[in-house]
Amino acid sequence: MTTAPTELERPEVDEDVATDVPWITIVWNDPVNLMSYVTYVFMTYFKYPRDKAEKLMMQVHQDGRSVVSSGSREEMERDVSAMHSYGLWATLAKDDS
Amino acid sequence: MSVHGFRRTATGRIVLRVDVVEKGLLTTLLEQLVEFVAPDVAEDEDPLVQLVGLDPDAERPEDPALARLFPDAYLDDVEAASEFRRFTERSLRDAKVAHARTALDTLRRSGDKVTLTRDEAGAWLGALNDVRLALGTRLGVSEEAMEEFASLPDDDPRAATFHVYDWLTYLQETLVGAVMP
Repeated sequence: MTTAPTELERPEVDEDVATDVPWITIVWNDPVNLMSYVTYVFMTYFKYPRDKAEKLMMQVHQDGRSVVSSGSREEMERDVSAMHSYGLWATLAKDDS
Repeated sequence: MSVHGFRRTATGRIVLRVDVVEKGLLTTLLEQLVEFVAPDVAEDEDPLVQLVGLDPDAERPEDPALARLFPDAYLDDVEAASEFRRFTERSLRDAKVAHARTALDTLRRSGDKVTLTRDEAGAWLGALNDVRLALGTRLGVSEEAMEEFASLPDDDPRAATFHVYDWLTYLQETLVGAVMP
């Protein structure tokens, strides 16, 4: 990161590969993070369009958690690390669904 | 606290108006954040450890506010969570320090009008959020208890902290609004 780091961007992931690999990143609800900020993070880091980012944010808010990305374990560790740098509470897990 | 938040000007710059008290308070909070999250570097540390961002001694912080800023990456796997922490916590701490330092630099170079680039606004968002996470955890804020906190009597020791927290929340909300595409 530079002296003004922050705007982490996610490396491109081949979507076809990403769909059948067994790890997921989960973002958890917490009482501090603002709904607008969570949406901003999903749009900025994952490059999700606003409607998808808002839908995921609402899932976090209402259901307490949302799966925000899937891929290899290494990719999910990178996503979780990025979420922590934004201050979101995130974990990764094997996809049991 | 005044009602000035961040705003985006017609030319796309992001601006915050602050008075002397607000500027002093923001500076103090950001300096405290740097102190709070900066990695403990042992004097005899292997320089290579620092270079590659690996911290062999990183453990889950006991302080709840630090634990919130540096959460476990695995819920049910203590081993994996520790290993992840050894490999990532140092660089996460460095990133948070860099956010706060960038925000401090913008305050130092400014008078009562702080003008930010987009990158600086991103650093501000991260740093404001980290201060809010630390204060919010200390206060024990929850979605259910917000009204209770907002109506604390002035002589309650938590009232002053909550006022600051609430003000930072407002600043962050307006900053998100200013940077949103």
